[in-house]
Amino acid sequence: MTEAKLMKGNEALAEAAILAGCNAYFGYPITPQSEVLEYLAREMPKRGGVVMQAESEIASINMVYGAAGAGFRAMTSSSSPGISLMQEGISYLAGAELPCLIVNVNRAGPGLGTIQPGQGDYFQSVKGGGHGDYKMIVLAPASVQEMADHVFLGFELADKYRNPVLILSDGAIGQMMEKVVFQPCKIPDLDKSSWATTGKPKTRERNYITSLFIQPEKMEAHNLKLEEKFRQIRENEVRFEETATEDAEYLFVAYGLSARICQKAMEILRGKGVKAGMLRPVTLYPYPYQRINELADRMNLVLTVELNAGQMVEDVRLAVNGKIPVEFFRQTGRPDAHTRIDCSSFGNFNTT
Amino acid sequence: MSTEILLTDLTAPDFKEEEYELVYKKPSTFVDVPMHYCPGCAHSLAHKLLMEVIEEMNIQEQTIGIAPVGCAVFAYDYMNIDMQEAAHGRACAVATGIKKLMPDKYVFTYQGDGDLAAIGIGETIHAINRGENFLIVFVNNAVYGMTSGQMAPTTLPGMWSTTTPEGRNTDFYGEPIKVAELIAALPGALYVTRQAVNSANGVRRTKKALEKAFQYQQLKKGTCLVEIIGNCPSNWKMTPVECNRFIDEKMVMTFPLGDIKVPKG
Repeated sequence: MTEAKLMKGNEALAEAAILAGCNAYFGYPITPQSEVLEYLAREMPKRGGVVMQAESEIASINMVYGAAGAGFRAMTSSSSPGISLMQEGISYLAGAELPCLIVNVNRAGPGLGTIQPGQGDYFQSVKGGGHGDYKMIVLAPASVQEMADHVFLGFELADKYRNPVLILSDGAIGQMMEKVVFQPCKIPDLDKSSWATTGKPKTRERNYITSLFIQPEKMEAHNLKLEEKFRQIRENEVRFEETATEDAEYLFVAYGLSARICQKAMEILRGKGVKAGMLRPVTLYPYPYQRINELADRMNLVLTVELNAGQMVEDVRLAVNGKIPVEFFRQTGRPDAHTRIDCSSFGNFNTT
Repeated sequence: MSTEILLTDLTAPDFKEEEYELVYKKPSTFVDVPMHYCPGCAHSLAHKLLMEVIEEMNIQEQTIGIAPVGCAVFAYDYMNIDMQEAAHGRACAVATGIKKLMPDKYVFTYQGDGDLAAIGIGETIHAINRGENFLIVFVNNAVYGMTSGQMAPTTLPGMWSTTTPEGRNTDFYGEPIKVAELIAALPGALYVTRQAVNSANGVRRTKKALEKAFQYQQLKKGTCLVEIIGNCPSNWKMTPVECNRFIDEKMVMTFPLGDIKVPKG
């Protein structure tokens, strides 16, 4: 199936989940991501998967835990308030080293907020969210195509590291319709018999899934093991996309929907003779600190654009480490046709 | 003077093993390690009955258990089967995730009163309402054991706990939740029974109930819940013998024993 289709982001993600061999989806309705559950409720049973509307996001994530612990490819999706409810479960999944895919179609908050797109869940996604020392691999799609691609990549990375992977999308990317091409996906035949709870045959010891290590020395050993895993993830899995950075003097850093807005701003600036470029992190954890630091050597200024009050900009500042100024522009809760990026820090010109 | 009791102290000097018939042994489905449970605690008995049934039905290879948060949090240290440790109250959601994908396996949750009836009552009711084909083993000792004696949803009216130092005031906290009666009303509940393990007969009946519940699981017609009234000597501040009497005299007044719902036909 390589012909292009016109699909909603949420539906492309759902279709990709089926193509990626996802065995089970558990979810709860919430705007702006309910299409994922609806699409899978229509399509997944026909194609051999289990799809279930749970009684809450708390139940959803724990059903994912059960299915993932039995060795199945399992996923859930939600939007910001629902993802907050899942944080306990995510911490348990990370602690018990269970691979799974979680999707957050970010809306603006805090609290009930609005159903419009937002990026206010950056800290929650990349800095922890739940209790304890753990990390999720966080992918940030900026198009309907990536909504699909990141499902394949997400499951692959989850299995590779036995760790939850989060796709951090937003209400616009989830709701917009665009062209998408589904690449053929090879579903790996993984041997999970050393840990999955499928019933203990006589030929092996019992498997048990747990994040409980009551003896302090075992707790420390487990945490050191997780730390080493996260180090490997930081070493091997940083992904980003650069646009026009070769000769750029000004650098946009933005992800997801913000990156699309910056892309347009960059084109307008280029038309006015301003040498603007962009780095778009594709993985928010691990974060492209090193590349941003390198680029800072030949830029005058970095402008970080987010649909929140300033979250990723802290990581950009860490990456730039004081070499050049890091400016921040934000729009929180109203990313619509009124959006204007204030690029005055790039110089004195009209950029609208 | 040494307090250690050696096996040789208990056997005659001329004891010859081959001359005796073996009338009891630990089930092979048990891991042979010392348990962390307090002396006289009902959990060790409930664990043993479960493992005996799994051994006798020869379903060790097809069974997956869910351990709760609470005193039985280490259940997987003792039960020689594949198990998953659930977050507090989420055992029924975890079990749903397993059973939906492996409908032919035997799945059970093992939960206490705080886990099942307080923080996890939502997951429990919804799983039963869906008629998930697994067994819920519900150990009710009217107290939070692991955290050392706080009020549970099943704490009796007037009963002392560390968080109800004047006794449970029902004007403030309401009456204890009768989980078995509550969930028996759900169409998804297939077999609901309440037993106690404070007497030899009670132990036999509890084992029979667990056995039936595993057999019913093959029917795929709904959820089975076996409530086991147990004691908690450490937190009730009673000797095991006093505990057993308390169950007979007090606990069963609020939580009457017997089958509450049995499959028709």
